[in-house]
Amino acid sequence: MSTVKTAAQPLYRWFAEFRQPGRGTSWLVGVLLVVTLAMSAANLLLPPESPLYVSTYTITLMGKYLCFAMLAMAVDIIWGYCGILSLGHGAFFALGGYGMGMYLMRQIGDRGVYGNPDLPDFMVFLNWQELPWYWFGMDQFWFAVLVALAIPGLLAFVFGWLAFRSRVTGVYLSIMTQALTYALMLAFFRNEMGFGGNNGLTDFKDILGFDLQADSTRVALLLVTTLLLVIAFLTSRAIVQSRLGRVIVAVRDSEARARFLGYRTERYKVWLFVYSALIAAVAGMLYVPQVGIINPGEFSPLNSIEVVVWVAVGGRGTLYGAIVGALLVNYAKTRFTALMPDAWLFALGALFVVVTVYLPRGLAGLFDRFTSKNAETAWPERAKESNGGLSTAEVSA
Amino acid sequence: MKLKKYFAGLALAAGTTVISSVALAAETIKVGVLHSLSGTMAISETTLKDTVLMMVDEQNRKGGLLGKKLEAVVVDPASDWPLFAEKARELLTKEKVDVIFGCWTSVSRKSVLPVVEELNGLMFYPVQYEGEESSRNVFYTGASPNQQAIPAVDYLMSDLEVERWVLAGTDYVYPRTTNKILEAYLEASGVAKEDIMISYTPFGHSDWQSIVSDIKKFGSAGKKTAVVSTINGDANVPFYKELANQGVSSEDIPVVAFSVGEEELSGIDTGPLVGHLAAWNYFQGIDSEANEYFVQQWKKFIGDEKRVTNDPMEATYIGFNMWAKAVEKAGTTDVDSVEQAMIGIEFPNLTGGVAKMNKNHHLSKPVFIGEIQDDGQFEVVWETDGVVAGDAWSDFLPGSKDLIADWTAPIKCGNYNTQSKACSGQAQ
Amino acid sequence: MKVLLLKLWMAVAAVLLLPTGSPLAQPEPTAPAVGSVLQQLPGASLKKTGDLVRQLEQAGGAEMRPLFEVMLAGDLYYVKESGQLLQIQKNSDGARMGISLFEGKSLGEFNSRDIKKVRVNNRLRSQLRDAIARIELLHGDEAAQIAAVLAMLDDLNEQNLRLLQTAQQAGVSAEVSTLIELAEAMVQLRTSTDTADRLAAIEVMQGRLETPVRNQLQRLVNSDSEQDVAVVAAAQKALDKISGRMEFYGQMEQLFFGLSLGSVLLLAAIGLAITFGVMGVINMAHGEMIMLGAYTTYVIQQLMPNAIGYSLLVAVPAAFLVSGSVGVLIERGVIRHLQGRPLETLLATFGISLILQQAVRSIFSPLNMQVVTPEWMSGSLAINPVFSITYNRLYILLFSLAVFAALVAILKKSSLGLNVRAVSQNRDMAKAMGVRTEMVDAMTFGLGSGIAGVAGVALSQLTNVGPNLGQSYIIDSFMVVVFGGVGNMLGTLVGGFSLGVANKFLEPATGAVLANIIVLVCLILFIQKRPKGLFPQRGRAAE
Repeated sequence: MSTVKTAAQPLYRWFAEFRQPGRGTSWLVGVLLVVTLAMSAANLLLPPESPLYVSTYTITLMGKYLCFAMLAMAVDIIWGYCGILSLGHGAFFALGGYGMGMYLMRQIGDRGVYGNPDLPDFMVFLNWQELPWYWFGMDQFWFAVLVALAIPGLLAFVFGWLAFRSRVTGVYLSIMTQALTYALMLAFFRNEMGFGGNNGLTDFKDILGFDLQADSTRVALLLVTTLLLVIAFLTSRAIVQSRLGRVIVAVRDSEARARFLGYRTERYKVWLFVYSALIAAVAGMLYVPQVGIINPGEFSPLNSIEVVVWVAVGGRGTLYGAIVGALLVNYAKTRFTALMPDAWLFALGALFVVVTVYLPRGLAGLFDRFTSKNAETAWPERAKESNGGLSTAEVSA
Repeated sequence: MKLKKYFAGLALAAGTTVISSVALAAETIKVGVLHSLSGTMAISETTLKDTVLMMVDEQNRKGGLLGKKLEAVVVDPASDWPLFAEKARELLTKEKVDVIFGCWTSVSRKSVLPVVEELNGLMFYPVQYEGEESSRNVFYTGASPNQQAIPAVDYLMSDLEVERWVLAGTDYVYPRTTNKILEAYLEASGVAKEDIMISYTPFGHSDWQSIVSDIKKFGSAGKKTAVVSTINGDANVPFYKELANQGVSSEDIPVVAFSVGEEELSGIDTGPLVGHLAAWNYFQGIDSEANEYFVQQWKKFIGDEKRVTNDPMEATYIGFNMWAKAVEKAGTTDVDSVEQAMIGIEFPNLTGGVAKMNKNHHLSKPVFIGEIQDDGQFEVVWETDGVVAGDAWSDFLPGSKDLIADWTAPIKCGNYNTQSKACSGQAQ
Repeated sequence: MKVLLLKLWMAVAAVLLLPTGSPLAQPEPTAPAVGSVLQQLPGASLKKTGDLVRQLEQAGGAEMRPLFEVMLAGDLYYVKESGQLLQIQKNSDGARMGISLFEGKSLGEFNSRDIKKVRVNNRLRSQLRDAIARIELLHGDEAAQIAAVLAMLDDLNEQNLRLLQTAQQAGVSAEVSTLIELAEAMVQLRTSTDTADRLAAIEVMQGRLETPVRNQLQRLVNSDSEQDVAVVAAAQKALDKISGRMEFYGQMEQLFFGLSLGSVLLLAAIGLAITFGVMGVINMAHGEMIMLGAYTTYVIQQLMPNAIGYSLLVAVPAAFLVSGSVGVLIERGVIRHLQGRPLETLLATFGISLILQQAVRSIFSPLNMQVVTPEWMSGSLAINPVFSITYNRLYILLFSLAVFAALVAILKKSSLGLNVRAVSQNRDMAKAMGVRTEMVDAMTFGLGSGIAGVAGVALSQLTNVGPNLGQSYIIDSFMVVVFGGVGNMLGTLVGGFSLGVANKFLEPATGAVLANIIVLVCLILFIQKRPKGLFPQRGRAAE
């Protein structure tokens, strides 16, 4: 036993290195890039008969997972690092998605079933005479992207500004975010809104002139998603490791103390909330062309709760944990729904319970305990936190 | 430790399933089943999954198809619309199924549509819907509006002399389109605008007090009033309960529903609903030998004497049998051959008469109006003389009155404009 | 023009009806005629059946009543071979037992293949009901008479009028008599040419809320052919008065709708006010506790099919026990381990809610279950023709208040309540004082869950009993608790009712969906303004 331990010592130390701020989590970036590149190459270059061939199904699935991972990271930034539990991040994701969906809808042009060059099909058969004003300009990619970022950003800003200024915290804030996404869901369900009601936006043809059904487009989308996820990851890491990041963690651990030290905590929180909403929106924008549909179901509060669960499973307060959690849970979901369709909810539900009760800091925490118990290089700042005592803000809530 | 065991068990379960499906893959014809088994739509769709499984069983007992056994591949899209697209792709590329039976809601069909078209799959859609669609890769075995809504309104107008209309629906595409069509149809039949009231409610609406009260007021103007309901799923139970409690009887203001069948009624105390109506292409209560066999077979298969059958089940039954016939006719499960073989295929309805698959991928079927009985069944009070051919494109909508669907040569188009003689939406 | 046509039609109808005479004025059962008409019933089309029923009424009069009632219930069958008419009743085994018409003798069991139903549609049913009403008018009790007269107001032809007059001469109660006078006034207004008579008739009709009265006045006012300006003016005045009263009752109705919706919200939220409000557990499985209560109701009804009337009374404690014990299990098994980590209880209970939903789906099938509404909860209490209160809503409103009162009493008066409050205010201190905090936690969670189960019993009377039942209430429940102020029972009460009333008063103007959205947005803004809700918890416990 002891020999094994000694032999493994350098390995543990090596693992522990990753956990160091500044150096640590780069391996995730590496793995992500290598895996997606390899998958892309395997899809495009190998013949379908080859055992190493990666099907387009897997490519789009991976693309979807990565979008979810980005969303999970967005939630983790505010929840894990700032103690703001948002149960409504799906709203920003969906708004970004709708922005992209509108652009894709306009790209269909006169190839819709009614052949109307201006109006999307769902407007034609509900007798809409002209395009609503908020659809104008959405046929320009740059404008659509701008809108898809501006709307969620603005919403996050207004909501955050109102909430954080009046010091709505903890559970109250969570419930309010839930109400926000619920209200948006109801609104988008309304056909009068001009977003296709329950059916949402679908039947997209191409993006920037590339056929969405072509393998190459799908691979390109996957690569773009990976790239943006990596960029978002690196930016977020830079933020949490900066001086700003320290203030944010301080706000999480004791907002009152941070405030008494002279920090305008609400400004930090609003800023971070908007940043997180923008990442969620980007994730939504990437999600839509890959899954081919956006509809009000994305606003459903349950979806947002699921995102939180991914983060919890992966381990909050660690950016890579959120990504790993999202990938794992979604993979499990895909497998379970195929293998045991009648019982997969049991498995999913049990997973949530087991993780929260036995792995309070998620898989990352498990990994942490694993490394810090054996290697002497335990991270002092973290050690304090892993004692189960999470943020005081939450305990008081 | 416990945890480990648990996961080991899971892995084992996963492993065996994979092995069994691999072993069978070579010599079977795979039938994909794409119905939600969890989430909000599970309530309706689980039944259809079981129906397909029963049909597959039955077919295998008859010796399969083309000398091969059929194998059902069931997945759960969990009432999550993007998941429908993903699962369809999984069925077609990973499982390589030869045909898919699936979807209930329009949005799930719209989500799956690009996938089956891209991968050239074959799908049977068994639920009544708003029309305005015809895909080469989809066969629509449920009713389109002219096979349900219009005959129902005709019955109310001629037999019950209804003059004032409430069009009540859930706010989504099917009711919106159906009501647009009905509005145009009623106005064309001379009904004044102020005699039509339209009301939309959200999914799962449970507080109907105000709306029922409004209907009551609207119906007290001295003209015979009826409600045409496209209210969906779960919202129906509270709606009917409120109607009964506020004393709106079927004799004062009859409600004719397009989404309420035997299965929905099995969750309601039907005593107070007696006399309200529904329009379908099938009722369990219709007397025929084929139907009786089907009902018995279903009860046996599901192991519950109280389970009922309904219209989408018959649509699945017809779709499945037509597909089996077409596969035998084509001698292959190849999608292109089966698609061509399907057109013109006939199969007896459970209610008597013969259903026929038309060039627009929609069926010709009879239409029945039934009244709710206190045992949760329907009694037919009216039926069309013969079969009614399903319209892919409604004649009562300005956008689609010039469109037709015809999947035979030389047109081969799902949305052919008879004015411009062109297949709209495609490069000229 | 319309009035003229109507008159013409009346005249024709009267002439047509005259030769046969009023059947009930001279009750002379012409047996052979009845027999020959009855012979035509088997296999007749629905239209033909309608004619036959009319003939039967004229020929048979009051004697036809049992036949009409059997037809109305849909129990009239005929033997396929012989064409013999008989009543079929299913006994408890589902066997079809034949009973001879009029005599009521048992004819033994019939095979479903040998008999066929005499088809009745809702048009025919209304005809039968009217016919029975005409019989009731002379032979029934007061309630039946009132119903009969009201039914006739819609169709005041000569025959009906004469019938009414006959009834009045035979002597009726004051209320029925007033109604008959109203009917006469309506006829007078329509047929008389004398202005004074017609004004007198309008005088009688003034302020009456019965729909036919309003419609007749409306027709008169709208009519182009009406020459008599004084009558039109008087009618307009009467109509305005009626509209005024209707407006008032409309507002009352809306208030009741709002309170009723509020009571549903209160019921849904009240258990959460304990598990979330007092204990601080973000209990996402709360909705499933409600669902379990509703399923318990279903099971109880299955167990006592012959006493549906009492089933709800049994279901209330049963649901409390079922949901309560599941709640205790959840607390002991999961939540206990999450002490002091409230946001994580959200995740764990979310997992539990998924498990419970799937469990119900596996045990009971994903279909909705049929929960019967007992007789005493059906129908409505008619205060006047335009304002009635449905019994189920009324009882649920009262029930919600009773549950609320009971809960407050438990928290304020019982030793459990004292302990609960002590633990929620200062856990360590309570422990130091010897309170078994673990026990109290389990009991509190059990209490909250049990109350949710009780709510499920009530909700089973309003909505679907299915696996998704809980989900549809969870968000609303949280909104109500947060709006009212976490940890404050009164806040939950006020929160529930004000959200309900606000929703219902917005609905006519905006539609159901938009009303819901507006209320939500207002709620979000309100919480930004007053982060601790309507009734913030004060003192140290709040931090």
